[in-house]
Amino acid sequence: MFPRPIEKSGPVAKTAYQAFLPVALFLWLLPLLAIFVTSIRGAADINSGNIFGWPSEFAMIENYQAVFTQSAAAQYMLNSVLITVPSVLISVTLACLGGYALAIYKFRVAVPLFFLFVAGNFIPFQILMVPVRDMSVQSGLYDTIAGQFLFHAAFQTGFCTLFMRNFIRALPFDLIESARIEGVAEWRIFWYVVLPLVRPAIAALAVLIFTFVWNDFFWANVLTQGESAKPITAGVRSLNGQFVNNWHLVSAASLMAAIPPVAMFFLMQKHFIAGLTLGAVK
Amino acid sequence: MSHAALPDTDPPKPDSWLTRNKLSIAPWFFLAPALAFFSIYVVIPIFESLWLSLYEWNGLYKADGTSTATWVGFNNYVKLWEDPNFWTSLKNNLAWLILYMLAVPAGLFIALFLNQTVAGMRFYKSMFFFPFVISQVVVGLIFGWFYNPDFGVIGSVWKALFCEETTNILGNVTFTCSRTAPDILSSPEWATYGIIFAGLWPQIAYCMILYLTGLNNVAADQIEAARLDGAKGWKMLWYVVLPQLRPATFIAVVVTVIGALRSFDMIAIMTQGGPFGSTNVLAYYMYEVAISEYGERYGYGSAVATVLFMIMLVYISYFLWRMYQDEKVSR
Repeated sequence: MFPRPIEKSGPVAKTAYQAFLPVALFLWLLPLLAIFVTSIRGAADINSGNIFGWPSEFAMIENYQAVFTQSAAAQYMLNSVLITVPSVLISVTLACLGGYALAIYKFRVAVPLFFLFVAGNFIPFQILMVPVRDMSVQSGLYDTIAGQFLFHAAFQTGFCTLFMRNFIRALPFDLIESARIEGVAEWRIFWYVVLPLVRPAIAALAVLIFTFVWNDFFWANVLTQGESAKPITAGVRSLNGQFVNNWHLVSAASLMAAIPPVAMFFLMQKHFIAGLTLGAVK
Repeated sequence: MSHAALPDTDPPKPDSWLTRNKLSIAPWFFLAPALAFFSIYVVIPIFESLWLSLYEWNGLYKADGTSTATWVGFNNYVKLWEDPNFWTSLKNNLAWLILYMLAVPAGLFIALFLNQTVAGMRFYKSMFFFPFVISQVVVGLIFGWFYNPDFGVIGSVWKALFCEETTNILGNVTFTCSRTAPDILSSPEWATYGIIFAGLWPQIAYCMILYLTGLNNVAADQIEAARLDGAKGWKMLWYVVLPQLRPATFIAVVVTVIGALRSFDMIAIMTQGGPFGSTNVLAYYMYEVAISEYGERYGYGSAVATVLFMIMLVYISYFLWRMYQDEKVSR
């Protein structure tokens, strides 16, 4: 193990290390803590300039309530859910199928196609912006929930297929071979042999894609206009304009936007990290 | 072969064309949906954008449904060359690329700091990762507020250091400051660095988690062997540990480069490219020219996007080439 375990450096070093950890964490998360404390302050503190001291009154419930009643935040949150969930479902489903094809069958274009999905995943959004926006306007998908989740699903399919293909490739090929010799139909091999084995990959992808799509801001701006289809990320920006200098309300709204992916991360931590570090470890 | 030769006897049931070729047909059935979706929304639009960059178009259609775009050849690129905003954006992209790279060593440093097994370590590791999970919009808002000279962190620290509080006869509190507080996001020289600094926060968390996973997989016997040979500290890190962390370093560099070139959210939130276009990067400038309040300029925007795409293509090609090498080995 590197660095050398701290226990071996004696009890003093260990205690010092353990004492320093919370300090380091405090400094690291200071911006987040500050915004949290601000979100539970009363308006009086903000006006009198008490931004960093202890709150003179706690107004957590009032602030969060105000965000919901004085703005379209509830609508934005709902939109975010309606955009994110179908995106995850579609892209993971397509990737299970596509990844299976690219991993199991040996055909000439398998590697080039695989590379197409990999490359598509890294391109800048801007190169897609004008055609995708134009296509959405033409097909009536502009400023709709569906217009956004169809795009996200398609784009995330690149990453998901990359992930699934590598995962399925690492499975023992004998399983598939022997099923074929038994005369099992190809789609049944997929359904009964492979799919049960890729469950961890599905979980990892689901949490990752959830976070990616939930946090999207660019496409929310490109593909929506009004409040009816806007997700919470773009919503927070308009709230920021609406609640000028009402930092307690802006903070509350920002934290609300952050909660779902954070909850997802803490619930599914193992899968999340397994997904992110794909390829980082052989 | 004639028909007559066929049935009379009882031959083994002939395999249908479908059955005989199932191994070459099946993959296409599995691939079709993903490929169709991906082509419509990703592959084809790339080529459309490249093509559109040779047109001038405001995004409108004529009554008969044909587009109003007019062919201008490489004119958009000539205009780009003479556009000072484009050069500012390119310069800022370079600043992003270079400074964002600090996330890689910083992430390694934190990973080394956290790679211990004392009680509660799992909790600390996940809390350090926290900033990566929250939206960049929120990160941008937090830092925008931090930098605020009147009521942000910087403002407060400044008041404590350089300002004197005086209360006049009427009881009003005023501050007299020996120096005015810096307004980072309103300063054309400093705003970009302020945004990059904010962007480093989640990016360091990302690199950290890559290295933590990498460190988990470092071969313990090699470390022990090196230790017996008297290696420790920097030497151990440089000659024994880092070579084993190469896959993690590779991914960390790739995601950091992509993150730097994709920077859009925080610029949109913190400065909207201002002051005076000084914080523009290609990703944001493209959006600004393509969908601005002064009417759409799809052709010109596509030209900016094409330049950004070409820069990214260098990295994508390198990444694919590396992957191809691995593929060849594994086959």
